[in-house]
Amino acid sequence: MKTFKVLGSGCKKCATTADMIAATAKAAGVDVEIIKITDMGEIMGYGVMSTPGVVLDEALVHAGSVPGAAQIEDWIKT
Amino acid sequence: MFVIFTLFADFVTYDLLGLTPDTRLAEAVHFFAEDTTKIFFLLTIIIFAIGFFRALLTPERVRKAVAGRPRYVSYPMAVGLGAVTPFCSCSSVPLFIGFLEARIPLGVTMAFLIASPMINEVAVVVLAAAIGWKYAALYVAAGLTVGIVGGLLIEALKLEKWVEDYVWKIKMGEAALQKANNSFKARINYAIEQVKEILGRIWIYVFVGIGIGAVLHGFIPESFFLKYASADNPFAVPAAVLTGIPLYSNATGVVPIVEALLAKGVPLGTVLALMMSVAAISLPEMVILRKVLKPQLIATFTGILFVAFISVGYLFNALIV
Repeated sequence: MKTFKVLGSGCKKCATTADMIAATAKAAGVDVEIIKITDMGEIMGYGVMSTPGVVLDEALVHAGSVPGAAQIEDWIKT
Repeated sequence: MFVIFTLFADFVTYDLLGLTPDTRLAEAVHFFAEDTTKIFFLLTIIIFAIGFFRALLTPERVRKAVAGRPRYVSYPMAVGLGAVTPFCSCSSVPLFIGFLEARIPLGVTMAFLIASPMINEVAVVVLAAAIGWKYAALYVAAGLTVGIVGGLLIEALKLEKWVEDYVWKIKMGEAALQKANNSFKARINYAIEQVKEILGRIWIYVFVGIGIGAVLHGFIPESFFLKYASADNPFAVPAAVLTGIPLYSNATGVVPIVEALLAKGVPLGTVLALMMSVAAISLPEMVILRKVLKPQLIATFTGILFVAFISVGYLFNALIV
């Protein structure tokens, strides 16, 4: 199972990002775990300065904006 | 080039709505129609172009570029890059921590945070379209100077003790984001995303700004401003800066107000001081920065900017008649 971590200190865009990943995974019938990381030390630990960021299986795949729908599908399906 | 927007506003105001020229309502509606179309047109074109050429810098790259430089390089770099790096105020906290973690001095970091909301390339083009390149350039020069002076003062006062303690303990990881796809199609998509993202964030400020500008333009008589906001009234500049401090708007959103005030004969210094104070300091921004700064530093920071904006106002009012 894939583990997504959404990095962000609770701004609206971070919530949107987590919701979009959940919805896309559900539509694709893929089981994923989504963890919201709000602790600043942990967020910076991934080298991220602009939130929201997305970590897929411990690798940073995105930072600085709400990711596009196509990109999220890509993470879930491959 | 912009005459098409005037013609469009003529059409909406006098033909479509049938308003009588030279009435207050017609003046306000005309201002609103012209500025809405002109500003949103400009915004879309500029953001798309910048996005297409991937000229958008990320805070991560700025951090790398500024870290380890001597001060006579890092200060100008911080304000210059602050002006062209778009970042949402919700990212101020990680940005602040990331800069300090890279051993960028507190003063340089604050200079970046001062310049960033005050100046951005999009607002500058819109400002230039509204009041001319000369005044827009003066605004930029004044903004960059305030950023550098503000940062240097914070450094000279040794205010590191007023940064929250946990900030100094955070260790930053090395980000390894894959290279961006640079194909033509990917650039177009990226540019469209940027337009959606930035317009989605600032449209409300721009609308409110145009609304206020339209009311000023149509309904407030010139004599009102001559009486209260002329260069002869020494309190006009501090009052403008005080008004702007708690208010928050994106810099682009202030442009229509600047345009209307200048047209009413309010002196340039007063107007630009107002624009700086609205864009640069605001209550929501202070609440966010409170996570990393102790109240004493927020108060000092606000005080420095308050004095700096007033000085800019007086200086311009004295030099430019």
